[in-house]
Parts: sequence; C-alpha cells; structure tokens
Amino acid sequence: MHAIDVHDLVKRFGGRTVVDHVSMTVDTGEIVGFLGPNGSGKTTTIRLMCGLLTADGGHGQVLGHDLIADQLRIKREVGYMTQRFSFYEDLTIAENLAFVARLYRLRPVRAHVERTLEELGLATRRNQLAGTLSGGWKQRLALAACIMHKPKLLLLDEPTAGVDPKARRDFWDEIHRLAADGLTVLVSTHYMDEAERCHRICYISYGRMLATGTVDEVVRAAGLSTFVVEGPELERLAREMAGLPGVEQVAPFGTTLHVVGSDAKALAATLAEIGRRPGVAVSRGETSLEDVFIQFMGSATDNMS
Amino acid sequence: MTGFFSLGRLAALLVKEFIQMRRDRVTFAMMLGVPLMQLVLFGYAINNDPKNLPAALVATGNDHYTRAVVSALELTGYYRFDHVVESAAEAEALMARGDVVFVVTIPSDFARKVDRGETAQILIEADATDPAAASGAISTLATVADRALQRERGIVAASGAPQGGLEIVIHRRYNPESLTQHNIVPGLLGVILQMTMVMMTSIALTRERERGTMENLLAMPASPLEIMLGKVLPYLAVGAVQVAVVLGAAGLLFGIPFVGNAWLLLSAVLVFVLALVLLGYTISTVADTQMQAMQLTFFFFLPSLLLSGFMFPFRGMPLWAQWLGEIFPLTHFLRIIRAVMLKGAGPADVAFETAVLAAFVLLYAALALLRFRRTLD
Repeated sequence: MHAIDVHDLVKRFGGRTVVDHVSMTVDTGEIVGFLGPNGSGKTTTIRLMCGLLTADGGHGQVLGHDLIADQLRIKREVGYMTQRFSFYEDLTIAENLAFVARLYRLRPVRAHVERTLEELGLATRRNQLAGTLSGGWKQRLALAACIMHKPKLLLLDEPTAGVDPKARRDFWDEIHRLAADGLTVLVSTHYMDEAERCHRICYISYGRMLATGTVDEVVRAAGLSTFVVEGPELERLAREMAGLPGVEQVAPFGTTLHVVGSDAKALAATLAEIGRRPGVAVSRGETSLEDVFIQFMGSATDNMS
Repeated sequence: MTGFFSLGRLAALLVKEFIQMRRDRVTFAMMLGVPLMQLVLFGYAINNDPKNLPAALVATGNDHYTRAVVSALELTGYYRFDHVVESAAEAEALMARGDVVFVVTIPSDFARKVDRGETAQILIEADATDPAAASGAISTLATVADRALQRERGIVAASGAPQGGLEIVIHRRYNPESLTQHNIVPGLLGVILQMTMVMMTSIALTRERERGTMENLLAMPASPLEIMLGKVLPYLAVGAVQVAVVLGAAGLLFGIPFVGNAWLLLSAVLVFVLALVLLGYTISTVADTQMQAMQLTFFFFLPSLLLSGFMFPFRGMPLWAQWLGEIFPLTHFLRIIRAVMLKGAGPADVAFETAVLAAFVLLYAALALLRFRRTLD
C-alpha cells in the first residue's frame, strides 16, 4: 500500500494557482525529500496532505483515507511538523508534550511524556520554557511532539531551517531510525545534503512537479554537462563566459568555476576554446543536485513569463 | 544633519505610519466609527430627565377629582398610566418585575375627603433603584396635583366649602435614601464582568494565530466545540472570583442591601458570564489580530455602557435606542441583578430576562462554531 497516493491536486488562493495538478506516490517506509524554490507550493502541498487545507481539485488517499472526505482520520494518523515553531512558548517542554498527549488521548499521559522525553533526549530540559530554547532544541521538541502519538506518516516542513550541523545530523539519524521502523516521511528542505539523505526526491516549482526519483535518477534525467574551470582572474572569466554558446550556469566554487549546460556539444566546444587560454585549466566535473535545481529554477521561471 | 532632528527622517516615519494605518481597515473604521457613534448616542439617545415613564394607577373610585388628578399627572409628560389595577398586590408585582416605575394610589375616600374639605391623600410609590430616573417626576408632582385639584374644586363647588389640603405621600421603594450607589454598584458587577470576560476571550484565537500555534492546533485532532469550550470555560472561574469580590465589596464598602436570593442571582450571573465569554470568542473568530479583537471589543463596550441603563436611565432613551439597548446582554443582566439584589425578585420575575441571556449564549455559540474553520483556507 502507498502511504501517499494523490493525483492532480490543485489549490488556488484567490486567482493564483499555488498547487497545479501535483501527483505523488510515496511508499510505506520511504523517506521522500520535497524540494523546490521558495513559494513553489511545498508547504501548501504538505498542508493539503495533512488536512489543513482543502484541495480545489484532484483526489487521492493518504494512509488509505480519502484526502477530501476523511480529513479528520488523516489528522489522527499523521504527524505534521510546521515550518515555524508552533508549540506554546510559555509552556515547558514537559507541559507541551502533556498537552499533545492529552489531545491524542494517549493514556497514561505521564508514561507517554516520560518515554518521549527519554527517547529524544529532552529529559534534562523538561522544565525549561519552550520559548527559551535554542533552535535545535525547539526542533527536537517539535519532532518529539509530532511522533509521540506514533503516526504512520510524518510530514516535515523545512524542519532543519536555522539548525546547526550537529543537530541536523542527529535529526536525520532519528528520521532514518523511525523510517526503519516503518514510518513514512515526507520532508521539505532547501539543503542539498539533506536531499541526498532521502530515498527519493520530488522537485516542485511554481506549483508543478518537475522531477521525481532517486538523486542519481534526477541528476541523470536532467542531462546536464558540467565542467570545472581553474585559472587566474576567475571573476572576469565568469562574466565573459556567461553569454557564450552552451553555457547556462557559471558559479564560483572556491578557487574554481562550475560551468553547466544542457547542450553538451556546444558547451564542450566553448570550453575547449576557453581551455586554450594561458593558465586556464578545464576539466570535466560531476553534475551536482544543486546544479540541476538551479537549472530547473531558471527554466521554470521562463515557462511562467 | 546627523544630530537630533531631521525633517527627512520625520517624514519617513510619518509616511510609514500612514501606510500602516491605511492597511489596517478595522483601525481606520474605528477611527471614524467611534466618534460618530459617541456623537449619535450622546446626542440623541441620552436623557437624564426621562419622561413618559410607565405607571400603574390603583384607584377604586371613578370620581371627577381622581380623573382630574390623573390627567394632570399625565399632562406633565412624566407619567404614562399603562396599567389600571384594582389591588395594591397587583401593583406591587408590576413594580417588582420592573414593568412600571410608579404606582399612584388614590384612595376610595379621596373624593369624599376633598368635598368635606379634609386633607386628602395620594400615595405615590416610585421605583428608586435608579434614583435619577424618578426624581424629575417626583419633584413636579406636588404642585401639579394640587393645582389640578384646586381647579377642579373651583369648578364644582363655588366658594364657601371648607378648604382642605392635599397631602402627597411619596414612598421611594427599594432605595429609600435615594443612594446612587444602590443603582450603580450592582450594575458595576455586570460592567466589570463584561469588561474582563469579553476582552480576555476576544484574543483567544487571535493569539494562537499570531503566535503561529493555530496551525499546530488545527493539525491535531481537536474539534471546534472542544477548542471553543477549552478557550472559554477557564474564564468562568475568573468570573466567579470577580463576582465574589464585587458582591463582597458591595456589602462591606457601600452597604448595598441584598434582599433577594443569592443562588438565583448566581445562576443568572453564570448564564450572563457564559454569554460574555462566548461573545468574546465569537469576536476572536472574526478578528485577524489581537489589536483588531481589542478594537472590536471596545466598539461593543461603548454603546453597551451607554444604552444598557447602566450610565443613564434606560427609559429616558428614545424608543429606537431602547430597542438597540435590548441587543446587549448587559441590559438584561442589569435588570436581573437590580431586581434580585434590591427588590428581592423571585425566579418567576426574572425568568424572562434570564431566558433572553440564555438565547444570547446559544446565539453566540452558534455564530462562533459557524465562523470557526478547521482548516487554514
């Protein structure tokens, strides 16, 4: 059975179509990364799937429940972590967790709170007000609260924004541990390294699903060629190359330039030319996920105009 | 230039303020609406010398002296004899319910005494729970009635008949010393409850929305009814404390008598507070921000204070203002608390007003539940 199986979801706000015929299937136990630029409809799509928004079109099932008719049942079986910290800042960690436990009618409340505090390493801060926690601890509390009722599907909306690398690492270890136990996870992110930690990724832009698959599949399907350029006066070189045939992206990476294009032949020809300049070295590079996304963002904007 | 005043910087701040003012429609409406409302209410509705007050006449005799006195009283414009009753008990009940402000009793031997030249008596009982409301009517009474009687006697019997006086006995009921506190302090309980209850609950949902916790609350399985009750019921406890404090102080500091049944009053208070917290909650389903909720609350407060009969005599207002006053729970609560505390009214006397409050409870709860959205769309 698919944990998420939705087709042609449409959501409009006023006259603006924010989600435009998005279809998505996620298998049970899968960790799916949800990527796309700001304002591309990631949050809206996630909210549609956890019953916080009602779709204007489309159909499908989440955890076997009808997306439109069974919103309440979906709410009970889904854990949703909001982009912005949305627990009570004037309550302590333990009080917040007890509140959530009671809302989900978990009994006995105390045992559930204790177990959750232990499992997520929150026990030492149990009596601290949530408002005084740092970003990493807030995120840990939010995760604890939304997995406490043992949901079958976890929807995470940019859970690691503003969190330090160590906390992010711990967070992802936790996500993988949960997925190993059969939990399905859909997580939106802007971080490429996090996308690479997912079993599969979906890329959405301007409300439309542009690509889906494993990281390798998405990179390969994009059909981009990448070259690495080294040499003197890279700044000037970059500006010069930007308009040349076949060159679609030029981005500085430390002391090198990454040059990316979809027309492999034209790009190779241009760079062969560049490589002949004194002191300039050109070599083949590996196309990264980020290169692919930048490419997507450029072409999607073109489609809109 | 860099120092402590620059017109350019001031202009930047002014422009920014005006832009923000224009964006916030509710604030803008309030700035125009409140002064206009105050003007209309103060200007047209409020009258400290109410006329045309409902009165009951207890008169067994139907002689021309009685008729003369009654029509003279009506001509003053203060008295409107809606009820003509046979017995004092009937009149008493009318006054306890608040249907009449005055009971004028003209004894059956009135005409006989006037004819014989003896001193005749008229008994006027005034509902003095609101001393200001009745004072104008009482002060004109003696001269008017006396003059009417003189005239009538002059017509009937030419000179020669012995001249007796007219004695007017005035009973200020429920508040014999005409203390304003007796009227104001019980009313204050209603006003204080309204102030805190509506204000506290009007930010119930807007605070969740502003702090971003609403999204989370909606994502969890809490039903609209549960959220509503969870938000308003804690304030019943706050209200209970306020009631105890105000009623205690009313007795200790102001010596306000409490002649009625305390349990009857407390049950009415409970219904009133429920209506208030649900009204506040309804406001919070409408307002987008806490600021707007406060403004809407204030927009509701002002006319309710002016038109409920708390600050100015209810019967002194023109009819349209009285009808408007009926839409405020405070109006009905004031009638209940004054009736129970000062007049010793029983359950039957306040049943109607309590039922009106209960109707407000249902209305507000229904409105709030209809307005509440389980989703973010």
